Amino acid sequence: MLQAIWLIPLFPFVSSVLLMVTAGRMPRTMVALLGAGSVGLSALVVLGAGLEFMRAPEPFTLTLWHWMQVDGFNPEFAFYFDQLTLVMMSVITGVGFLIHLYSTEFMQDDRDYSRYFAYMNMFVAAMLILVMADNLLLLFLGWEGVGVCSYLLVGFWYEDPANGAASRKAFVVTRVGDAAMALGLFLLFTELGTLTIQPMLEAANQTWASGDTLAALAALLLLGGAVGKSAQLPLHTWLPDAMAGPTPVSALIHAATMVTAGVYLIARTHGLFLLAPDVLLLVALVGLITLLLAAFTALNQHDIKRILAYSTISQIGYMFLALGVGAWSAGIFHLMTHAFFKALLFLAAGAIIHCLHHEHDIFKMGGLRKKLPVVFWSFMIGAAALAALPFTAGFFSKDQILLSAFELHAPIAGIGPWLWAGGLLGALLTAIYSFRLVFIVFFGAAQTEPDKQPGWRMAGPLSLLCVLSIIGGWFVLPLSSVFPAADGHHVSGLVEGISIGVPLLGVAFAWLIYYRRSLPVTGITESDSGVALRGYWYRGWDFDRLYDSLLVNPFVAVSSALKSEWVDAIYHSVVRFCQALHRGLSQSQTGKMRWYATSMVFGLIALITLLGWVY
Amino acid sequence: MLLVNLILILLLGGALVWWAERFGDHWPRQLALAIVIGDLLYLLRGLTFIAPEKFALVPEAINPDSWLLAWSAEWIPRFGIEFSFAMDGLSLILVLLTLVLGAIAIVSSWDEDNPRQGFFQANILWTLAGVIGVFLAMDLFLFFLFWEVMLVPMYLLIAIWGHEGKSYASMKFFIFTQFSGLLMLVAIVLLAIVHHGTTGEYSFSYFDLLDTPLEQNTAHWLMLGFFIAFVVKLPGFPVHTWLPDAHTQAPTAGSVILAGILLKTGAYGLLRFTLPLFPGASLDFAPIAMLLGVAGVIYGAILAFAQSDFKRLVAYSSVSHMGFVLLGIYAWNTLALQGAVMQMVAHGFSTAALFMIAGALQQRLHTRDMDQMGGLWRQMPRMGAVALFFALASLGMPGLGNFTAEFLVLVGLFAVDPWMTAAAALGLITAAIYSLIMMQKAFYGAPDEGRNLQDFGKLEMTAMAVMIIALIHLGLFPQPVFDLVQPVLDSMAVEVAPISQLQVAP
Amino acid sequence: MEGVVIPLNHVLIVAALLFITGLAGLMFRRNVIFILMALEVMLNSAGLAFVAAGTAWAEADGQVIFMLILAVAAAEVSVGLGLVLQIQRRFKTLDMDAARRLQG
Repeated sequence: MLQAIWLIPLFPFVSSVLLMVTAGRMPRTMVALLGAGSVGLSALVVLGAGLEFMRAPEPFTLTLWHWMQVDGFNPEFAFYFDQLTLVMMSVITGVGFLIHLYSTEFMQDDRDYSRYFAYMNMFVAAMLILVMADNLLLLFLGWEGVGVCSYLLVGFWYEDPANGAASRKAFVVTRVGDAAMALGLFLLFTELGTLTIQPMLEAANQTWASGDTLAALAALLLLGGAVGKSAQLPLHTWLPDAMAGPTPVSALIHAATMVTAGVYLIARTHGLFLLAPDVLLLVALVGLITLLLAAFTALNQHDIKRILAYSTISQIGYMFLALGVGAWSAGIFHLMTHAFFKALLFLAAGAIIHCLHHEHDIFKMGGLRKKLPVVFWSFMIGAAALAALPFTAGFFSKDQILLSAFELHAPIAGIGPWLWAGGLLGALLTAIYSFRLVFIVFFGAAQTEPDKQPGWRMAGPLSLLCVLSIIGGWFVLPLSSVFPAADGHHVSGLVEGISIGVPLLGVAFAWLIYYRRSLPVTGITESDSGVALRGYWYRGWDFDRLYDSLLVNPFVAVSSALKSEWVDAIYHSVVRFCQALHRGLSQSQTGKMRWYATSMVFGLIALITLLGWVY
Repeated sequence: MLLVNLILILLLGGALVWWAERFGDHWPRQLALAIVIGDLLYLLRGLTFIAPEKFALVPEAINPDSWLLAWSAEWIPRFGIEFSFAMDGLSLILVLLTLVLGAIAIVSSWDEDNPRQGFFQANILWTLAGVIGVFLAMDLFLFFLFWEVMLVPMYLLIAIWGHEGKSYASMKFFIFTQFSGLLMLVAIVLLAIVHHGTTGEYSFSYFDLLDTPLEQNTAHWLMLGFFIAFVVKLPGFPVHTWLPDAHTQAPTAGSVILAGILLKTGAYGLLRFTLPLFPGASLDFAPIAMLLGVAGVIYGAILAFAQSDFKRLVAYSSVSHMGFVLLGIYAWNTLALQGAVMQMVAHGFSTAALFMIAGALQQRLHTRDMDQMGGLWRQMPRMGAVALFFALASLGMPGLGNFTAEFLVLVGLFAVDPWMTAAAALGLITAAIYSLIMMQKAFYGAPDEGRNLQDFGKLEMTAMAVMIIALIHLGLFPQPVFDLVQPVLDSMAVEVAPISQLQVAP
Repeated sequence: MEGVVIPLNHVLIVAALLFITGLAGLMFRRNVIFILMALEVMLNSAGLAFVAAGTAWAEADGQVIFMLILAVAAAEVSVGLGLVLQIQRRFKTLDMDAARRLQG
């Protein structure tokens, strides 16, 4: 089975190509069968390979073919399989299959049914290649592949230009990070002579001492790629707009898998980041700041999907925080649990939107607890896991992250508790905004009547993800051999208690403010500065406006200024010079024969004089 | 003889096609397509007679047997001018590209209503003959002859069958290439005279002139003569301005040939002549050339974004992409050079396809203005999907040929000059911006329901499929091309100083 | 040979004077007929110079050339008169300045 892991990305790839070539001529049942079935098959192979692998966990490389061999540059088309790969592949194919199954019903009435599954399958294939790649070039292939599929799916409903703008923004902003990452690849290859990840990390260890400038630079450039793909500061602005795509797309790409690729990249190359402690601290700080900014923004959104999008940015911030404090396993653990509960939340939100005539505004929902019970319980469980209430999946992973952050002492002594406190504030906000969502959407007075109920293909995946969101916290990830060993936590019971208690406090706040409406907060929120601040948060701290005036507008201005092609002015001035000469000389062509004869005479005289003068 | 026949078939075929005009419009295009494909098959058959191990042999200048194929005859013995042709891996790849894209160019104008169909196709065939001559000629005088031969029919293609601004565009194209070509002619003659001064014999043979000792100053000037001629054709910034006009105004087949093949003659000239003939001078000049390359990459991309004319956008994207070729050539190490050659091939396919799409759009909509398009995906899904594929190729999607090329160029360049690489990497971002805006404006958005458009047919899809498969192959299995070119690069490394001299210690 | 020998210089001066006369006529007269006549004068002045020079060096070449000039002059007049007729017909005048369609 282990030798057959190349089948895993091949199934969805072949299915995607088939769907593209037949271009909508296939019957819908067949499309659904092929689209969801191919991912299901991959999931089965992952399961089989995983079971076999865990009996004798020995990482191995499977080389398919030699990609290029030029002057020492010889990346291969090869897959590397270890515990980390296995975890990622399980998440991608497992959650991916559930979302595909859900999509078969969600997209039922769309006229581009087969195009949708073609893109989705291609995404799964690219994402699998990303996590299975044995070298950074192949990883980059998957990396760009998922980016393109994300672009295509965000802009899936292409007839609305707003969707096109969102999809282009998503691609171009991440591309900025990708360019940095490509430079990182050039640097790593030039300095270390290989892009194959494991030998490269060994070479890095031997070539660079800890704190080496080049190591820091390489890590920084890779981090650039990671923040782009994972929507972290300062390249996070694309993700909220990317919600323009179909909701299952948001669940699969912009919550469960692609946006966590940055986390995977850093975890995969952690050997390099360990050589650059300063960059590692930067990773933690980026995570912390992002998670706080995004949480404040999530608190003020109206669009159910945008709330979830900001929440995703915030949760990935936790993963970055985990990576930055060296809690690698905790970061990946949170990646997995987040994939479960965020996919669940998105799919539940999708079900609401599906049953409520494409309504996105939470203030036009309400009272849905009785009308859509399945969705209510799914959302409830998802929100509980997101808020990290005790004994849900999110609780275990977030707790590990916070405790690891608390214990960080290097490179700045005493920084750990600060990071912990920041994370805790984020947890409080997370609990408030997730239950704000629950109370507004599912309780209170009904605003819009649902016109249908989710069928089994939507309810089934929801229920399974509910189960995963609860029991996911008890999974023990076999990552100890991949990452450097971490000591157990030695924090006081007080710290532990606070970490557990804060989310509960958040839920209580949300209950008081949004359900009982008994907390006198309107005095603060409706004051002038309160409204201004909320507007500021609502616009996501005005990052879009900043980038528009700093980058987008200057670029457009420069391009329209250059459009007249000033280089041509040089050549045109040559042309004008010739034309002026032409006009001057053609003046002398009077057409009068006598004038010609006379000028000939004087010309001859001048010539003869000249000759006489010379000789 | 095979090499001469390759060219003769096209030259005489052109005359035949012109003559066949009298039997109706359908004859010339079928005949032209048959001739180009026949020429291709003739070449492929000829290749089977070459011993396989010869493909890995490093071609030596003095020993024609070490080349894949070589042929020569006397022409003007008094001045040492010969009909001298030879083919190595590099020329082979480019000749193959020429013939494949030539066939595609003929297909691209299949349904177009061009008057004087026979003369039109004849000009296409003659251009191809000139290009192949350029790729094969090993006598500098002969090389110059073919350089001009490919120019005239191309001029006619634009001037007779072009669009609204054809006379301006064709004249501009002609003057730019002609003027720079004359500089090269002067440099060629001077080089031969210097050679005569040292050896007492006249010769225009590439192999004889390779080892001509030159004073530093002379070498610089002569190198510039060649450089300008080639960089105009490439085109490099800031002598690129003929290209947007010529590409935009040319008929579809003309654009396909111009972008797909003719631009490559400039890159080929730099690789084959400028660097090996003047290694020292080229090394001195490399920083400036690379700066021009970076400027081209970024400037082309910015201007591509500013266009609203579909063809002009693609034309400026060519400026941007060919900047990578210039960078790769002057970075002058194996990685970058392999990347540059790969870029020549990959860009040939991707741009040819985009021009073909542009031509199809113009034929159906009678406009190239993207502001008047939009929503075409609904009406022409096949064309939309194909355009999407080539837009992705053009923005450097990994797994396709263009990415392989650009990545290698940049990896190679990084060892030479990291800052230049960082600047060129901006091209990766800007390429995404203009490619996606092109897709948005033309194919996405709400469709104009009043339009009744015909999607790509079988013949066009076949041509597109050829190019799609080629690009995927170059992206995932590029090794055959590398293997074919590697011996050529090895032979040039003998002429030109080793990389280590160029490399800046990081 | 007896008799007064006219020095070559004198003949050349006469030839030059004749040439200048013709040239002046060519430059200042507007009537086509006069221009043709001026041309004749110039041709004959050149012929005179040739004959004189031939005599001075005792070579027959000078006279041979004069024969040639005669032939040229005849041809020129016949073509010229044809042109004159054309000009008269087209422009209804003999003024050469009216025939200026080659103006740039």
